[in-house]
Formats: sequence, structure tokens, C-alpha cells
Amino acid sequence: MVNKEPKIIQVNGLDFYYGDFQALHQINLEIKRHQVTALIGPSGCGKSTFLRLLNRMNELIAGTRVEGRVRFEGQDLYSPEVDPVEVRRRVGMVFQKPNPFPKSIYQNVAYGPRLHGMRDRAGLDRLVERSLRSAAIWDEVKDILHQPAMELSGGQQQRLCIARAVAMEPEVLLMDEPTSALDPIATSRIEELLKELKQRYTVVIVTHNMQQAARVSDETAFFYMGRLIEMGPTEQLFTKPAQEQTEHYITGRFG
Amino acid sequence: MSRQLVIKSHQGENSKCRDSVRLGVVRETPGGADPPRGEDPAAGRTPSAELAGRSRDRDVWVRRGFAVAGMVSLVAMAFIILFLFKEGLGLFKDHSVKDFLLGQYWYPTDEDNPAFGIWPLIAGSVVVTGLSSLIAVPLGVGTALYLSEVASHRMREWFKPVVELLAGLPSVVLGFIGMVVIAPFMQEVLDIPTGLNLLNASVMLALMAVPTIASISEDALAMVPRDQREASLALGATRWETLMRVLLPGALSGIGTAVILGMSRAMGETMVVLMVAGGAAQVPGSLFDSVRPMPATIAAEMGETPFGSDHYHALFAIGIVLFLLTLGFNLLSAWLAARFQQRGTSAL
Repeated sequence: MVNKEPKIIQVNGLDFYYGDFQALHQINLEIKRHQVTALIGPSGCGKSTFLRLLNRMNELIAGTRVEGRVRFEGQDLYSPEVDPVEVRRRVGMVFQKPNPFPKSIYQNVAYGPRLHGMRDRAGLDRLVERSLRSAAIWDEVKDILHQPAMELSGGQQQRLCIARAVAMEPEVLLMDEPTSALDPIATSRIEELLKELKQRYTVVIVTHNMQQAARVSDETAFFYMGRLIEMGPTEQLFTKPAQEQTEHYITGRFG
Repeated sequence: MSRQLVIKSHQGENSKCRDSVRLGVVRETPGGADPPRGEDPAAGRTPSAELAGRSRDRDVWVRRGFAVAGMVSLVAMAFIILFLFKEGLGLFKDHSVKDFLLGQYWYPTDEDNPAFGIWPLIAGSVVVTGLSSLIAVPLGVGTALYLSEVASHRMREWFKPVVELLAGLPSVVLGFIGMVVIAPFMQEVLDIPTGLNLLNASVMLALMAVPTIASISEDALAMVPRDQREASLALGATRWETLMRVLLPGALSGIGTAVILGMSRAMGETMVVLMVAGGAAQVPGSLFDSVRPMPATIAAEMGETPFGSDHYHALFAIGIVLFLLTLGFNLLSAWLAARFQQRGTSAL
């Protein structure tokens, strides 16, 4: 927050390969602090791949290669001296399918902080409560903190996963279609939550659902066939898209 | 027709259930012939009844067939246990259980005063099993971790089948190697009276158990969902931390089962210990003492034992002890699997 630069992530000339297959071509974009940026596009357009480049999750897959630059707070994420573990601590992630650990609710939220050496019981208790509150699930679980997380409903599990990511106090929160496995009520709770989360974090969300992008995001980027076709303020992109392809996609002519 | 099939297959269950099935189907096929309401119930019923009858017959026969197949092994098991106990318990007419289990001397063929104390044999079995597990568990679990976390995809593709092939090696081959390679080597290098000893047998048994432990443990590690691994890494955990906190706890019941299966195999294994353990019925005092584990005793002596003699009964009684120990191992592994499968409480 000390850094007043409005752009937290800057991507320049980014190419990405799975083996011989080039999944992303020359991506240039910027992500602004304390905003929700939505990545939309048809299946296989590279939006999830792009998202996973922002916390170096793609390198867990063998045979991938990155060219170009991704700068986070001005620092090149892919320079050799950068530790991916540290990157992932500062850029949190919520996955498409809720994936709590088969541990208690409390242990799920405390997992990250404990990894990073937090042992103080009272401090952990406070952090767990604060994280669960910011994921809007505290009231539902405060009496069952030591019960298995797997017994929660899908929507609750996903909010728990958000709490787990938030407990690391990351600067950026990446969300890969976080509501695609949830029912409409759970979805709307998470969408409401996004508006609060962006007060404290920068959110980048991949979504298949254009209404969702329109509802929750400030900026929207449209990807197609591994290229960034257009990016701009959400309202503008949905009402006056500059590119024909964008217009075709948002009006439902393909995808 | 389909309605009749459904009804027939539910025969024998209570009539309420049958009615509800019929009602449900009637709603779906309002035009179909329905005996209670149809104009010509007899004409509608005959062909469907035939069809239903045939299918029900087949169903019944298939179920009976499976039941018989299941029963055969159950009955065989029951008879084996019955026989084992009948023959084994005969010993205790003349000898006390305490003297048998805790007796220090196994001189079954002494003409004047035979002694049937199996304490040295139990000690031999337990020590050989324990020592072989000490060797096999780290090697087996280590192999599993290498396969699942370190090895490249191509490496894993040929490494795992080779490891599993090792499990299929006949134990007599391993025993032979222990006899002609390891034993002379030990004798020479360590300057000991015989290479056929506790250590040799343990190493050979460990070699037998490693593939089993490695293969089952690797399966257990692979069963931990990929998204949990990703969740941990995305929270800034290193691969090592992910391994220790997510993968191992997740795979713990599988690894525990693997270890116990490996141990129970070592406990019951006969050929290797018969060939390389040395065969002296003594409580071992050092790694290089000869031992005579229980299975080796039975295998070596059964052929020369007069039917119905005390010695004969004693060998069966050893069989009972072995059976109970193996049963204990199996119960333990079942308990472990159940204990750690309770999701959410398996936190380490």
C-alpha cells in the first residue's frame, strides 16, 4: 500500500509453451491495484493458463516454457533469483473446484501461516477468525472450527478456500472460475464477497460467465486463441467493444 | 412389459414397495396394459409374465452362483482353521500352554525327554521380521517417494514395472542367492563361523518386502488428489513441506497397510528363512546368530514326524501361533485403514 503505483502487475510480450504447443502469444497487459480484473474467453483460449503464470503455478507441469516479462511490483517474476515459493505466498490462488485439505476447518486456514513459522496460538486464533470473517463464512463455522472441512457444503468449502488464501495476507488473489462448481446462491455470496475483498486485495478472476464478469469486475480482458484481443473498463468492453471478435463473443455468436 | 419386469424383480420384498413401483411406472406409460385397470388382463399378462419369469430365473441363478463362489472360500477357510486347531490343541493334553509358548528348549526328537518350548522359534520369527522391516520400510517408502515425487515421467514408466516384477520373484530364488552369494560373502568379510544367520535372512526378507511396500505406497501417494497438492503449493509451501504435510498424511493409511502387508509376508515366509536363517533353535544374541523361525521349523520337520505324535501336534500348535500373529497383523492393517480414512481427523 506504500507503493502508490496504480499498476501492480505488468505483462510484456509474454509467450507461453506447453512443449511445442504455443498456448499464449505476445500478451501485453496491466493489472491495477485494488480492482477486480476479469479474464473472459471461450474454453481453451489461454485465460486459465495466463492466470497460473501470475503465481508461477504452470511450472509444476513438465515441459512448459515462458518467454517475455511478468513484473509484479516492478520485479520480474521469472528472473532466476526469484523464489517461486515466495511468489505464491504473495500471490494467492483459489481454484475452480473447492479443494480444502482433509483436515479441520481451523487447520485449513492455519495451514499457510503455520508453514511460514507462525506458532503463537492466540495470534493464530485471531488470524483464523479474521480470515474466516473476510471470506464471509465465520458465522457459519465459528462453532465447528475443529470439525472436518470436508463436511461443509460446496459453497462453504469454496469460501473456506478463500479464507485459507486470505490468511496468507497476499497482495493479489487469483481466482480460477471459483464459482463454476457452485449453485446460484453460493455463487452470489462469493460475488458479493469479491466487492469486499478488493478493498484489501487485487483480484484477478477467470470466468466463463459473462454476466459474472459484468457484475463483479472493474476491468475485463478478452482472450481468444491464446491472444489478448481486447482489454478495458468492464462497462466499456461490454457496451462498446473496440474489436469485432469481442462483440461477437459477448453477444453470444460463438464460444 | 417393463412394468411387469419391475414388479417381478421386486417379488419377495414387501407389497408396499411393489405398489409404489407399479404406481410410478403406470404414470409414465398411461397407455400400457395394466392388469388392475386393463380391458383384457389375461391377454396382456401372459407374454410379459413369461419374460419376467425367465429374467428372474437367471437373476436367481447368478446370485446363487456368486453366493456359492463366496461360500467355497469361506468354508475352506473354516475347515482349515478347524483342522489346525484340532490337530494343534492335541499337544496341550500333556503339555501346558505356558511351557509351550515360553519354554526355552525345542528338542522335539529327544527320545527320553522331548521338549516343546517354542520361545526360541517365536523370538527368531519376531526378530527376523522386525529387522527385515527396519531395512524394508525406509527402502520401500523411499522408493515410493522417489517414484512419485522425484523420478521423471519416463523414469517412472519403466522403474515401477521393474519394482513390481521383483515382487514376483520366487522366494526360493532369493533363498538360493542368499545361500550361495550373501552367506559366503558375509562369512569371509566379517570373519564369522557361518553366513547363514539372522542378518542374512533379514536382508533377504527385506528384499522380498520392498517391492510390495514400494508399490502399494506409491499407489497410496498417487491417490492423494492433485488439487490438494496444488492447494498446498499455491499457499507458498515448498515441495518438501507439501510432501510432509499433505501427501504423507493423505497416504498414511495406504502406507501403513503396505508396511503391515510386507511384515506379515515376512512373518509367514518359509522358504527364505528355511534356506538362509541357519536353523538353530536359539534366542538370538547377535546379528550373526543362527535362528529358526516358526515357518522354517514346520517346513523342516513335518516330513519326518510320526502322525499323531506329540511332535506332530506341536508343529500344528506352531501353526496356530503363526496364524494368530498373521491375523493380528491383518486386523491391525484394517484398523489403520479405517482409523486414518476418517477425513479431517487424519491431521498430523
